[in-house]
Amino acid sequence: MIRYPYKDIEFSPTPRPKKKYDPEFLIGLYRSMLRIRMIQEAIESRYHEDQMKSPIHLVIGQEATSVGVCAALRNTDQVYSSHRTQGNYLAKGGSLKAMLSELYCRLNGCAGSRGGSMHLLDKSVGYAGSSAIVAGSVPVTTGAAFSAQLLKKDQVNVVFFGDAATEEGAVWESLNFAALKSLPVIYICENNFYSVCSSLEVRQPGVDIYKKAEAFGLNSCRIDGSKVLHVYEATREAVERAQSGGGPTFIESVAYRWRGHGGAGDDSASGYRDPEEVKAWQEFCPIEGLYKELVKQKQIDEIRKNSMKDEIKEEILEAFEHAINSPNPEEKDLSTHVYSD
Amino acid sequence: MPWAEALLTSKVAGQEVTEEGRALSYVDALREALTLALELDPKVFVLGQGVNDSPGMFGVTTDLHKKFGTDRVFDTPLSEEGLTGICAGAALNGTRPVYLHNRPDFLLLTFNQLVSHAAKFHYIDNGQSNVPMVVWSAIGRGWGSGSQHSQAIQGFLLGVPGLKIIMPSTPYDAKGLMLSAIADNNPVLIFEHRWAMKTKAVVPEGIYHVPLGKGIYRRRGEDLTIVGTSHTLSLAIEAIDELGKEGVTADVIDLRTLKPLDEEIIFESLKKTGKVLVVDTGPEMAGVCAEIGCLVAEKGFHDLRGPVRRIGLPDSPVPAGYTLEQFYFPDKNRIAKVIREMVSGT
Repeated sequence: MIRYPYKDIEFSPTPRPKKKYDPEFLIGLYRSMLRIRMIQEAIESRYHEDQMKSPIHLVIGQEATSVGVCAALRNTDQVYSSHRTQGNYLAKGGSLKAMLSELYCRLNGCAGSRGGSMHLLDKSVGYAGSSAIVAGSVPVTTGAAFSAQLLKKDQVNVVFFGDAATEEGAVWESLNFAALKSLPVIYICENNFYSVCSSLEVRQPGVDIYKKAEAFGLNSCRIDGSKVLHVYEATREAVERAQSGGGPTFIESVAYRWRGHGGAGDDSASGYRDPEEVKAWQEFCPIEGLYKELVKQKQIDEIRKNSMKDEIKEEILEAFEHAINSPNPEEKDLSTHVYSD
Repeated sequence: MPWAEALLTSKVAGQEVTEEGRALSYVDALREALTLALELDPKVFVLGQGVNDSPGMFGVTTDLHKKFGTDRVFDTPLSEEGLTGICAGAALNGTRPVYLHNRPDFLLLTFNQLVSHAAKFHYIDNGQSNVPMVVWSAIGRGWGSGSQHSQAIQGFLLGVPGLKIIMPSTPYDAKGLMLSAIADNNPVLIFEHRWAMKTKAVVPEGIYHVPLGKGIYRRRGEDLTIVGTSHTLSLAIEAIDELGKEGVTADVIDLRTLKPLDEEIIFESLKKTGKVLVVDTGPEMAGVCAEIGCLVAEKGFHDLRGPVRRIGLPDSPVPAGYTLEQFYFPDKNRIAKVIREMVSGT
């Protein structure tokens, strides 16, 4: 049984593009999604080796949300996320080498092996960190927005979280405060219908998530998370609102998780969802969707796609080599940074 | 006026400030610390439920919003967890929040953000960020505060790496420790005590810091070492001062901060006296008393000439009524009794 058919979802109207898209911008979006997908698949294919001793939460199927949001942000805008970090981190420009080193628990990992896959960060590109506790980053990002407002910094603050986060009280405490203070923050709720194996219908009574946010006084919408340009436009509008003092925005981006909650592969066969549902959603692949569009517009072809793939493959191989050959932390590294000086 | 408060006020009114200099009430000392910090650093902001009320929170925040504006001194929604995370996020991004709560009981709502986020970021970010924030609350006792408004929870938090915990006992320390806490680049908890906040003493003007992680001798003596903080330590001082008539003296150590803990001063004194009494405003079980008691047994065993004793709270919730309360909370007589037992070896 397909519990959540794509056709049943009602999306809010997408803001119209402000100008015609530069073809290279579109190709950039495609490349970024393709790169995330390929990195995820490469991690997945090596995960059984048990050398990446870190829980992974793959973002395959949901790449458009990461890429569409981050394309509308500047380097100085801050992004935080949940445990499903990798797409957000890579889309914001986080170093692949440092990410893989972190997954391999190496000293030169982006968090020096203190964070693991659920706590990546690359401050040089405004990927500020993440929390492995559901909804944990939501108040933190709201606080980042408060500090930006207090210090009059031109900084937009964005947090990614899943549908289940909206079952945590701290999300609503944060939304209430953000609306109260008109904070420059954007809440990106990636609704993939499942929290580990619990479907949305056993967790929430059927009230649209974005409408709850609206009731808290936020500009809110639901967008098609399989369409990167819809994500981009909704975010661009939210960024403009944040920059002009218009306050917070809540975006519910609906996209399906093709893999299990954690680890490699799809675990639908265990019975919590119908494998047919996964297949049905794979028809709405964000990467293929954009590719077909770009082919139609004659902006990309098979040759360019393949050379792009080769480039990415090479980058991935090199990054894996780097991570695998990087040094492990030593005992002396254990107790540094318990306190800040 | 509630009975306990009235009793205390009458007692404190007669208190003499003996040292030279400007006498300030504990509350005024705290307000002066906040004023100085807000004046010094535009990145400091103060928040909490009721900080803008006309009396201010216990008088500690009175009129600060008028001087510094409601952008920097503001009343909050009742969202303790969310706002603790908001403080952590603000601290990560270059500001210095000071979040005030009426009671430590309300911090129990904040543990996810306090323990799993604010206390962790510096370490899990591999030193790339820090979280300079202060969380202040005042332990209650009396006038019906009861089980949900008198909890002293410092012991729960002692085992959380990355946090610092301050327990002041004098107006001088309250100001100097608050300024140190705001200047510190870590999440710092200050547990005030409502009864200590009724005192008055000499407090220097201007900015000064009381170092974190350093204890101080309040009394010097021979027969035992009394170690602790806050209001219970003040009671212990009253007890030992009276026992002076019986020829009993003690080293009394005010730790000022529980975390980091000044082990050195405890062992220095233990070497001399051979006996340790630990006092705390929280439960005896699994708390400050238990930790220091264990530490002394583990590292100071050969200097001990008698069992470590502790005076904290029994393993039972705090009753609301004053009749039960008098049996629940330690007072100077009970402390004196334990000291006599320790000295006589009975």
